Order: sequence, then structure tokens, then C-alpha cells
Amino acid sequence: MAISDVATFAHLSDSDVEALGREFDEIRRDIEEARGAKDAAYIRRLIYIQRRLMVAGRLTLFASMYPPAWVAGTGMLAIGKILENMEIGHNVMHGQFDWMNDPEIHSGTWEWDTTCPASQWKHSHNFLHHTFTNVVGKDNDVGYGILRVTRDQKWHPANLGQPVYNALLALLFEWGVALHDLDIERIRKREKDPQELKRQLKEIWRKVRKQVGKDYVIFPLLSGPAFATTLTANATANLIRNLWSYMIIFCGHFPDGAEKFTEEELEDETKAEWYLRQLLGSANFEGSRLLHILAGSLGYQIEHHLFPDLPCNRYPEIAERVKALCEKYDLPYTTGPLYRQYGQVFRTIMKLTLPTKADPNEMQPLNESQPLRGAKRPSRDELRAYGGPLPPQAAVA
Amino acid sequence: MPSTTTTPTTPLTTLKERGRALTGTQKLATAALGASAAVVGATALEVKRRLLQGDVSLVPNADLVRSVAARMTTPLLPDDYLHMLNPLWSAREIRGKIVELIPETEDAATLVIKTGWGFATDYQPGQYIGIGVSIDGKWHWRSYSISSEPSEGRRQRSGGTITITVKAMPEGFMSAHLVRGLEPGTIVRLALPQGDFVLPDPPPPKILFWTGGSGITPVMSMLRTMHRRDTIPDVVHIHSAPNRGQAIFRDERLKLAEAHPTLRMVENFDDEDGILEVSRIEEICPDWRERQTWVCGPAPMLDAAEKHWQQAKLAKSLHIERFSAQLSEAAEGGHVTFAVSGKEVDLDGATTLLEAGEAEGIDMPFGCRMGICHSCIVPLKKGLVKDLRNGAEYQQNQSVQTCVTAAAGDCVLEI
Ligand SMILES: Cc1cc2nc3c(=O)[nH]c(=O)nc-3n(C[C@H](O)[C@H](O)[C@H](O)COP(=O)(O)OP(=O)(O)OC[C@H]3O[C@@H](n4cnc5c(N)ncnc54)[C@H](O)[C@@H]3O)c2cc1C
Ligand code: FES
Repeated sequence: MAISDVATFAHLSDSDVEALGREFDEIRRDIEEARGAKDAAYIRRLIYIQRRLMVAGRLTLFASMYPPAWVAGTGMLAIGKILENMEIGHNVMHGQFDWMNDPEIHSGTWEWDTTCPASQWKHSHNFLHHTFTNVVGKDNDVGYGILRVTRDQKWHPANLGQPVYNALLALLFEWGVALHDLDIERIRKREKDPQELKRQLKEIWRKVRKQVGKDYVIFPLLSGPAFATTLTANATANLIRNLWSYMIIFCGHFPDGAEKFTEEELEDETKAEWYLRQLLGSANFEGSRLLHILAGSLGYQIEHHLFPDLPCNRYPEIAERVKALCEKYDLPYTTGPLYRQYGQVFRTIMKLTLPTKADPNEMQPLNESQPLRGAKRPSRDELRAYGGPLPPQAAVA
Repeated sequence: MPSTTTTPTTPLTTLKERGRALTGTQKLATAALGASAAVVGATALEVKRRLLQGDVSLVPNADLVRSVAARMTTPLLPDDYLHMLNPLWSAREIRGKIVELIPETEDAATLVIKTGWGFATDYQPGQYIGIGVSIDGKWHWRSYSISSEPSEGRRQRSGGTITITVKAMPEGFMSAHLVRGLEPGTIVRLALPQGDFVLPDPPPPKILFWTGGSGITPVMSMLRTMHRRDTIPDVVHIHSAPNRGQAIFRDERLKLAEAHPTLRMVENFDDEDGILEVSRIEEICPDWRERQTWVCGPAPMLDAAEKHWQQAKLAKSLHIERFSAQLSEAAEGGHVTFAVSGKEVDLDGATTLLEAGEAEGIDMPFGCRMGICHSCIVPLKKGLVKDLRNGAEYQQNQSVQTCVTAAAGDCVLEI
């Protein structure tokens, strides 16, 4: 059940919440003061490695009629694209490196290697998703307008197709992202301004033409005799990138323990409550440093949501401090191995294909008079064991 | 698209030179670019034909090659890859390489900078450049007058050098770093030459230069230009410095005066002669009223000159360059100009630039309005703004989050 008041849910008093907010502010200040040459070197080095990978991959594919070259070239291209989209593009467009005052590595100018225009991404992601995180009806990332990922979304017969939509979205993820800012939901309800729709479609089309031209026309043509194999290699690299990004991104807010919120929560929400919502609404996953880099540091989804514009290479050290705060305030810190987090997401999507008993329409909305305040919040393990969003009854039990 | 500065003068000479100093992977990368020429086919042949003829008007074709290459590198530009081979091969952000540091006095030095793609060294003598230096991961920008003379003829297209001469200010953040902390080989960023404190071509028949301290730099470029053309008209140059040891370019100036009888050099050393008051101009140069005058030096000297020439109703023949324009003390609020929409407003130190812009009816970009999404960034062209969250100050030449910043002095926003 979506949360309408984070403080109550977290059994924290208003002054506790404000104190917690100040602690988060302090983390931000410390990192802002500390960032410098080391952080600049990190992103530069990554960009250099990524560009070298791309050049090497493209060159190798000129010989893609030989299977080993095809495999090596495709691999390099796939990793290059993953690095570009995830650790570099996503983080740079968040403004994490704007402080460097380098127009070549700046949120205002970065354009990434996908069909989604950066400007639309920054609107739907940086603004809508990161501001209204997990607020059902406000944050289009809750199910991306086509999936039912929480019981708080009303069941519709169309949800029966979920397993198929999910698979398609994974395979075509880049295209899903490209169309995301159009806001399918609003188009469906005919609320979208047709002028605006046209402008956005045009912008997408311009970007798509360039991306498709590069991967499916120019480089295959340049490869001459290796035309067909270069084409399949490029398509495969894009596909690998799609599947990977899909999986990583779905692990951000859909695993068990990542809460959803109602629009009531937004009313008069303070900065401290906003922090708390970000914390409760996000889920991390564990892994090696390399895994985290390939995942665009989204294994630190919680830290990313608390501080979306602090340099990603700082998330590991921020995580230590956030974890300590969670201990101190007895707050959940949702994390687990990647396979388990995705396993939970997959299970939820499959489960919600069918109508659920605890449909929000049939339930009492949560309000102040409900006996949740003061009640013991279930422990992290209980939450995990329960699997699936928690109805208030369970929370009280 | 990234904001592209397509250079009007893609240096094909540099493209040709590229084959030389490359190794291994660099050669491979170069080959990839070569492939782009294959795509343009006939056009590439045309480029070659013109090159052989020594025709320099290759710009349209160079652009063609560039745009085909950009199709391969999209969403990046070819320059984004090329500068990995040679840092100077990018016109997206113009780069320069410090090739030499020449000490001038104990606290001033001349920096010889090899300029990269996109920088035409046919500036006008007296103009200044912006120079960006990365210090602790962040690019800081300051302006410096070019002290060298413009190159003329073919060399101006690329691979030229310019010099700037910097005086380390006491506790100066950038100037001290430039004079003492910069290694030859360092890559800097450059902004194109600009400014109208310039020597006309041909120069007026009678000239007065009055310079103080590091204010000599733009005038040095003018003197050197006239010297190279060997056409120095009737020039009186008054230069003030604290003492002989701190007088920048002293030997060269004295030599110039020796070589050109029409150039009279007057020196004032504050330690011996006292500060040169504007009233003494009359006695040093009685015909000052008949001269086009260029003055550059410390602010009090410029203020005095401005007043003096105004009183003589000769403001038109006075040209002034201020070095301290950007050193506005952090203030609370200020006069804010929205350059593109042409709106201006006086603000207090608490109103965010976003609110102010919106109040003026400007279509300001915004998102979260709480400082996390960076949707609201706008380039700050001039002045200083302050982050209301933590008091951090942002100077000109960077993009600022308008939703959390307020004016700290007069500033100009590019929107
Ligand atoms: C068009 C133009 C051309 C220029 N050409 C030249 C040139 O040819 N050569 C040259 O040397 N310079 C030139 N300058 C000046 C140059 O741009 C820099 O302003 C200068 O080098 C000082 O920069 P800085 O970073 O060292 O000083 P900053 O650290 O920015 O400070 C500047 C001065 O103010 C003082 N200061 C800073 N903060 C405070 C404070 N809070 N209270 C009191 N004092 C303070 C510092 O001690 C220092 O002396 C030019 C400027 C312009 C606008
Ligand atoms: S509007 Fe989001 S950072 Fe300014």
C-alpha cells in the first residue's frame, strides 16, 4: 500500500525527520567540499577508456566476417555503449560533473549514445522521476506507463499481457526510453498537447535517424564485404546494452522493500521528508566495483536518489554514511545481490499480471487515524520474507 | 547535439601533418577517420586537387569531411575523439598548449601558448583572450591581453603561437598559478580574441600610450605590430612601474625606442619619482590633446585619465582597457541583465534568478526548483552569483542553477 506520510510510516517524529534531513545535508556539503581533481580524473579516464573501446570495437568489426573478430568487436561495442549510457551519460546528464565547469562534460551539453534525446531524458528522469520518485500517478517510472509493478496501480485486463510487455521492453529498452517522455498515459487520456507531442516526436526522429544511420547504415557500408556481419554485430551490441540497462534500472525501485507513495505525501513535503521518501523508495544491489561501474553506479540507487548530482564515484563512501544513519534512525536500507533483486522484480511483475486481492480500491486509504503511528514497523527481513508490497494490516500484525 | 563550434578554419594542413608522430592504436584511429574520406569519394578528390594547387579556400570541403565524420561519431563530434590523439585537435573547446614560460620580472612571466584548432591568430593588436586552466579539477577562467603581435599571412591559420604576460597579484588565485605553478606542456582552454581596445590599421599619425604595471601588455602588442611593419608614427609612450626591476619588457621597449626615432619612451618609477599624477601628462607630453590615446593600468589611474580627458572634452580620443572589471566584490543582490531576452532588473540577495526571470516573463527552464535536477541551468556571462544553499560563489563563464542562486553583484545571464 502506498505511503501517504513518510514520517508516520518510518515511526519518526517530525523533529527526528528534520534532524535526519540535516545529517543528509551535511553529507552533501562534505562531498561538495571534497570533490576536486580526483573526481575530475575519474570521469575523464572513464570517458577516455570508453571512447577507445568504441574505436577499437568499430575497427575490429571491419573484419567481422571472421567470427572471433565479430565476437570481440561486438563485445567491445556493447561494453562501450553500456559505459556510455550508464556510468557516463546518465551521471553527467544529472549534473554530477557540472562543477568542473567543462562544457564538454556538462549536463547542459551532453548527448548520449541512445535514441532518446538528452533533453527529453532530463525532463522525464532528472525532473519528474527524481522529484516525484515513486509517487503513483506522478512518477511515470512506476511501471513506465505499461506495466503494473505495484498493487497501488489498479488492475486492468490489459495487464494480462504483462509477461509479454516486460520481455519486449527488455529487448527494446532503448526505444522504450526514447518514447518515455511522450507520456503514454497522458496520450491515452488525450491530455497531451498535440503541438508538444509533434515537437517531441520530431526531436526523437532527428536523434533516431542519426543513431540508426550510424549503427545500421554507415558502419556496415564502410565495412564493405563485412556489411552483413557488421550490421548484426551492431544490432547485437545494442541488444546487449538494452537487456543490461533494463535489468539494472528495474532493480532501482521495483524490488521488495522499495516503497510507493500517494500524492498526499507530496503536500507540504519538506526537504527532509523528501530525503526520507528517496531513501524508502529506492533499492540498492551489491557487487564488485566493476559491476557497479557497468551498472552506472545504480547499485547505489539509494545514494543516487538522495544526492542525484553528487559525483557517482563518491557513492561508495556516501553509502557507508547513509547505512550508518539508517542504523541510527532504525530505517530500512534495501539491498541484496543483483540476481535476488531482479528475481523479486520479475516475480512482482508476473504476480501483478493478475488482479490482486489487496487491490487499493478495496482497501481503506491510510490516514492519520489509522493505528500505524507508533506500531512496530516490520523489520527488513520480515519485509523481504513477505515479498510484494505490504498492506497496512500486515504492517500492524 | 553537443554545442558545436564548427571552426571556420579547419586546418587541413594539420590533417596532413597527422601521419607523422603517430603510433599503434593512434594509427588505427586515424585510419577510421580516413575512411570517412572514402565516403565522400569525389569530394575528397576535389579537396586533394585543391590542396595540390595550394588553394586555401577549402573550408566548405573541410566542413563536408567533418560532417561526414560526425555521422560516424554521433552523438559526439570527430573532435571529441581527435583530441585524444593530440590535445590541440579540437575546435569544440579551443585548446592551447603552454610551450614556454619566460620570466619577465620577479612577479611577472610571459606564457607562450601554441594555439589549437579553431583559434585564428590574426587578432587585432590590443585584444585579449580568455584562458581557462583546470585547477583541482575545475576550469577557472580569466582574461589576459595578448602581448604578442598578430601573425600575418598564411601562418595565421593554425599552429601559431601567442603570448600573454601575467603579473602575479598578491594572493591572486589564477595569476599566481599562471606565473609560478604552470608546467610547459600544460593544456589550457582558450576563448577567441575580443575587445575593442585595439590599434587601428593604419595607426593614427599621433599616438599617446600611457600604461602602468601589467597594463603594458596590450600596448606591447601594438608596439610590436608597428615595429614589425616598420611603420611607427609619432608615438609617446609613458610607462609607470614601481621600480626598474618590476618594469615589464623594459629592455625591449628601450631597444624599440632606440631603433625608431619617432617613438619616445618616458619611464616613471614610483619608488623614485612618486606616482605619476594625470596632471603631469601636460608637462611630459604638451601636445596630448592632439593625440589618440590608449591607457591601461590600475583602476585609479584609469579613473583619473577618464575624468581628465572628459574635462578636456576629448573623451572620443581616449581608449581605456580595464583589467579589474571582473573583480566585483561579492555583494548582496545586484543589477541582473537577461541578455537574450533583453530584460533587466535590480534584485536583492534573496530572490533566485529563476524567480526573477519568471517575474520578467522570461521562459526560464526549470524542473525540481530545489537544486537537484539541473534542468534550470543558464550560462552566466558576467558577474558573480551565490548559491543560497551553501554560499558557494560562481563566476562568469559557467552555467549556474538559477533555482538556487541569487545575484551577488551585477551580472549578465545568457537567456
Ligand atoms: C580585458 C582584461 C585584460 C587583462 N589583461 C591582463 C594582462 O595582460 N596581464 C595581467 O596580469 N592581468 C590581466 N588582466 C587581469 C586578469 O584577468 C586577472 O584579473 C588578474 O590576473 C587577477 O586574477 P587572479 O585570479 O590572480 O586574482 P583573484 O584571485 O581573482 O583576485 C584579484 C585581486 O583581487 C584581490 N582580492 C581577491 N579577493 C579579494 C577580497 N575578498 N578582498 C580584497 N582583495 C581581494 C587579490 O588579492 C588579487 O590581487 C586582464 C583583465 C581583463 C578584464
Ligand atoms: S530546477 Fe532542478 S536544479 Fe534548478
